[in-house]
Amino acid sequence: MHGFDTFAFQPPDSGQSERKGGGGPSVAISGSGTHLTLRSVSKGFGGRTVLKPLDLAIEAGSFVSIVGRSGGGKSTMLRLISGLTAPDTGAILHNGEALAGIAPRTTMMFQDARLLPWQRVLSNVGIARGPGWEQRSLEALRAVGLDDRAREWPAVLSGGQKQRVALARALVARPHLLLLDEPLGALDALTRGEMQRLIERLWLGQGFTAILVTHDVAEAVALSDRVLLLQDGTIALDLTIDLPRPRRRTASEVIGLESKILDLLLT
Amino acid sequence: MSGMGAAASIEARPRRRSVFQARRIVPWLLPAATLIIWQIGAETGWITMRTLPPPLSILTAAISLSKTGELERQVLISCQRAALGFLIGGGLGFGLGLLNGLSRPAELTLDTSLQMLRNVPHLAIIPMVILWFGIGESAKLFLVALGVFFPIYLNTFHGVRMVEKSLIEMGRIYHLGSWAMFWRVILPGAMPSILIGVRYGLGITWLTLIVAETISSSSGIGYMTMNAREFLETDVVLLGVLIYALLGKLADMATRWLEHRLLAWHHNFQSGAEA
Repeated sequence: MHGFDTFAFQPPDSGQSERKGGGGPSVAISGSGTHLTLRSVSKGFGGRTVLKPLDLAIEAGSFVSIVGRSGGGKSTMLRLISGLTAPDTGAILHNGEALAGIAPRTTMMFQDARLLPWQRVLSNVGIARGPGWEQRSLEALRAVGLDDRAREWPAVLSGGQKQRVALARALVARPHLLLLDEPLGALDALTRGEMQRLIERLWLGQGFTAILVTHDVAEAVALSDRVLLLQDGTIALDLTIDLPRPRRRTASEVIGLESKILDLLLT
Repeated sequence: MSGMGAAASIEARPRRRSVFQARRIVPWLLPAATLIIWQIGAETGWITMRTLPPPLSILTAAISLSKTGELERQVLISCQRAALGFLIGGGLGFGLGLLNGLSRPAELTLDTSLQMLRNVPHLAIIPMVILWFGIGESAKLFLVALGVFFPIYLNTFHGVRMVEKSLIEMGRIYHLGSWAMFWRVILPGAMPSILIGVRYGLGITWLTLIVAETISSSSGIGYMTMNAREFLETDVVLLGVLIYALLGKLADMATRWLEHRLLAWHHNFQSGAEA
């Protein structure tokens, strides 16, 4: 977990409020994030309530993390937002439009990379095809530093490389909303740190809304504008994190917030 | 494929080449020895001609039969029957396997009936088939098609059902249409299982054909051997058996080739890639 201590890809920035104006040299802010609204959304499975009626608004372009114990409804919430699962009650609105079926301009990374083993890396990235997909996929692979592996089978890649390919696939369609369902959970600490920096850098560059489900409170604090603690199907804590990026994991504010959330989580 | 693999193979080259050559030779040692002992046994009178004619006289029989064009004609007829029966039965099995694998209502309607039919050994209905079709071509095609149908149906069906749900979910997130989902996710995912069905099906093709041609036929390899039996031409009978073995082997090689082409991504075929 402490294989690195800074997020140093991006030149120092004075925080979320100035993110949209500034950015790095090669960065084009499109401001194309999805604004998300959940209106009394609830979900149960087989008589067991997983999410109690829930209201939530997520600002366009923000990075929100959802933490909480296993079975607390984190992944369910992400699946509801993606449209993979339909809510029992309530409505989910993407930019004000109620969701019907799979969410538009939304991509998702899962715990496992879910690459098609029978397609080369490039074809996996460009799974949605469309005009110029090969060129666009190659560019997305370049962004995650794997353009030299475009012609390989996914089976020869390491776990971290597979997730980077999955990230390239998620970004090639220029999503307005990126859902991350613990995509780094199975990676070693060093790879994990690299991936966190990569995700943060691409998020800063592309301006999509990001929602990250994670077990790792430190990860949530280091990456997010806002951390939601989901417990017994309700939001037990909604914490805005207004710290400048890149954040040092060892900075006292980061550690302070981390222990605050952990205290709540463990009681 | 990888740089590491290449480096390793350079170091190991001399040893590997000799191992490679030994691997090609060793499997043929036992068959070759058998042939030699068999030939000597026959010539010394240890094995009687009537029981087991020596390899050389089988070869002579093959040459004299092919001089008249008889051998080629019979082999061709048998091969045509095998191919056509396999295509009909395999095609139907593949189609219905896909249908029932992809559609729950279709499975509900058809699968139980098909499972009941599956439990009837297809060779057991030969008397029935002769009553229906006589001893013409259709009888043999029907039997082969029936035999091939089930392994391909079952393996296609299970292959489609065994495609990982997580990959289908991923496809949905990327808004794959049903056609793209089928071609890029479901069919390739089911392919290893489908090819197992093809391999089983080919085995059953030859087995069925042997039985069908032996029991009721006026042409083909089975007919040729049964005819030779009447005249006590043991060498021709053995020739027929050997040809069946050879054709079966060829069919198996064709499937292996198909597997190499269609399952190139499969880890089994990526030699050295992960070493």
